[in-house]
Amino acid sequence: MKYTEDDLREELKTKEYEYGFYTDIESETFPKGLNEDIVRAISKKKNEPQWMTAWRLEAFNAWTKMIEPEWPNVQYTKPNFQDIAYYSAPKKKPKLNSLDEVDPELLATFEKLGISLEEQKRLANVAVDIVMDSVSVATTFKETLAEKGIIFMPMSEAIQKHPALVKKYIGSVVPPKDNFYAALNSAVFSDGSFCYIPKGVRCPMELSTYFRINEGGTGQFERTLVVADKGSYVSYLEGCTAPQRDENQLHAAVVELVALDDAEIKYSTVQNWFPGDQNGKGGVFNFVTKRGLCETNAKISWTQVETGSAITWKYPSCILKGNRSVGEFYSIAVTNNFQQADTGTKMIHLGKNTKSTIISKGISAGQSQNSYRGLVQINSRAENARNFSQCDSLLMGNECGAHTFPYIESKNKSAQIEHEATTSKIGEDQLFYCNQRGIDTEKAIALIVNGFSKEVLNKLPMEFAVEAQKLLEISLEGSVG
Amino acid sequence: MLKIENLHAEVERKAILKGLNLKVKPGEIHAIMGPNGAGKSTLASVIAGKEDYEVTQGIIELDGEDISELDPDERAHAGIFLSFQYPVEIPGVTVTNFIKTAINESRKAQGLDEMSAKDMLKKIRQKSSLLEIDRKFLSRSLNEGFSGGEKKRNEIFQMAMLEPKLAILDETDSGLDIDALRVVANGVNTLKSSNNAIIVITHYQRLLDHIIPDFVHVLHDGKIVKTGDASLAHELEAKGYDWIKEKIIS
Ligand SMILES: Nc1ncnc2c1ncn2[C@@H]1O[C@H](COP(=O)(O)OP(=O)(O)OP(=O)(O)O)[C@@H](O)[C@H]1O
Ligand SMILES: [Mg+2]
Repeated sequence: MKYTEDDLREELKTKEYEYGFYTDIESETFPKGLNEDIVRAISKKKNEPQWMTAWRLEAFNAWTKMIEPEWPNVQYTKPNFQDIAYYSAPKKKPKLNSLDEVDPELLATFEKLGISLEEQKRLANVAVDIVMDSVSVATTFKETLAEKGIIFMPMSEAIQKHPALVKKYIGSVVPPKDNFYAALNSAVFSDGSFCYIPKGVRCPMELSTYFRINEGGTGQFERTLVVADKGSYVSYLEGCTAPQRDENQLHAAVVELVALDDAEIKYSTVQNWFPGDQNGKGGVFNFVTKRGLCETNAKISWTQVETGSAITWKYPSCILKGNRSVGEFYSIAVTNNFQQADTGTKMIHLGKNTKSTIISKGISAGQSQNSYRGLVQINSRAENARNFSQCDSLLMGNECGAHTFPYIESKNKSAQIEHEATTSKIGEDQLFYCNQRGIDTEKAIALIVNGFSKEVLNKLPMEFAVEAQKLLEISLEGSVG
Repeated sequence: MLKIENLHAEVERKAILKGLNLKVKPGEIHAIMGPNGAGKSTLASVIAGKEDYEVTQGIIELDGEDISELDPDERAHAGIFLSFQYPVEIPGVTVTNFIKTAINESRKAQGLDEMSAKDMLKKIRQKSSLLEIDRKFLSRSLNEGFSGGEKKRNEIFQMAMLEPKLAILDETDSGLDIDALRVVANGVNTLKSSNNAIIVITHYQRLLDHIIPDFVHVLHDGKIVKTGDASLAHELEAKGYDWIKEKIIS
């Protein structure tokens, strides 16, 4: 029987997590503002090799010449980039003695998400009894990975221990000059995850950032690189359903996936950053660049459940370079209150017989704006490329908006492209029907929303799916009066 | 069980029910007939508590309790079931999931634990075979792409699962083929007991050949204008409604 991450999580429930990924950096914060010296200092602080410093500097110089994109369908006050401290060592959150000391509102949310008591303690940073064999469990996890030659560690550690691999692949999918936020991230990225699956290896468990979030949290400029060597397989989970607050308003992460010949990467995300209060104040701005490269016969699937952030700007994309490669994008984006999301995907068909599927489900409530923006591009050499896109929007109430911007660029006549879009509203009749069967309005909405999102929820790993389902319910609570 | 007195209700400021009286005792079957637009479905919706319908006068009691202030879901918990004339679609939600949710929500309201998966499955098996429903059907999205007859049969399946005190069947027979009508009617008769009651709204005698009513009421212009026994339905089938309307005028 395979030992899954769920098993591990189960075993860890009552135990302090001490997996050893935690990087101790002494608390220190750089002065606000960004210039070459700051970039150099960040690199030095992390004890990086010279090539990495040079790489960061090049990105920084490109960034200074770039301007923030204006095209997304979102409105916000632009951050003052000189008013941000670009290096701040992770602060240890104060350890609490019991759950009684935790914000009751946070506990209520945990409760609704069905997070176990022990897990709640871990998330809220309450001290947990250390049970003797916790180390052995973690070791099992580590050993299983090591046995298979799988590398899974913080990016900063990978730069030290596996410089050749990092150097070869970092920036190979999202070049430092790719866009404004990617350039900024490349210059100042704090940390992130590195993952390498060797040839022909099937990673036996779901790899999750959950296991290596250190006490300081994920940071503002995260960088993730997943490389699946020929014929390998990995399922990678990012984020967690528990609400995440952060004092940093701006987040600009970069995720790069490389799937070599015959490899498959499944990348699942649940994003639940603080969306701001009822009036839209104080939420996180989330500008993410995520892209995967598929070589021959490789496959990349992006699955995402986006419920958080005040502003989300995010287009996980696939470059289908190799012949017969496959790209998939399954997304649920929920916006409520004053949230704004502009999200979608890009499928770039370069190889022959490449195939892509896009299923996007947007749910808007309150006064929020939810936009899908997708590009399907068929290159002239991409014979027999196929794409199927389906974008469904569900509206709740009369004050929210759903927008769809599908772009199709086809330079090859043999391409088959199908696009379907629907917009529906949760109807009074549907609600009354459910009510009549004894289902109250809140539950009825959850039911209808889950039905609407099912095709995407089904793509998530089981346990993640259950949590994501609850998360959808919570995100929409009170949205129909 | 159900007591309605001098009920007046309006929708969008238009008076639809205009002083309606109806008493239903446990163990009884009542048929309500009447011309199109008379207010039959409106009565069903008002009993079930649909918000759009405003009760301006009169009382609605279930087991001696005034239910006019209860929300639709609370009325459902109290044992009221409505088989819709036009059941709505809920994409992506399977029949099984829907009925499971409905049962557990009602149990929760009664302070009971969720029904175990084993019991739920057993009950689903039992009731779906009673109504001759192929179980594959139960994993389809609720009412999505169902034929007219399938929708109605599915309504009665839900009634069988929920075992309501008072069931109102609004034109359940329309859309059913002859065999389906027999199956559904048999199902309803099996569910009938001395503790529950059924109101059937229909235009046709053929349903009442299977589900034999104790009382037949004629609803016209928002009021019950005539009440009789099962033979009244036969009379209506033969003569239509004009003679009743004329009688009211004269
Ligand atoms: N939501 C509404 N808005 C406006 N008018 C309505 C509404 N609902 C019902 N009505 C009107 O109320 C009257 C009674 O309608 P109802 O559906 O109760 O009739 P019915 O007796 O069930 O008819 P049928 O035999 O055709 O089903 C009709 O004139 C109808 O147009
Ligand atoms: Mg009607």
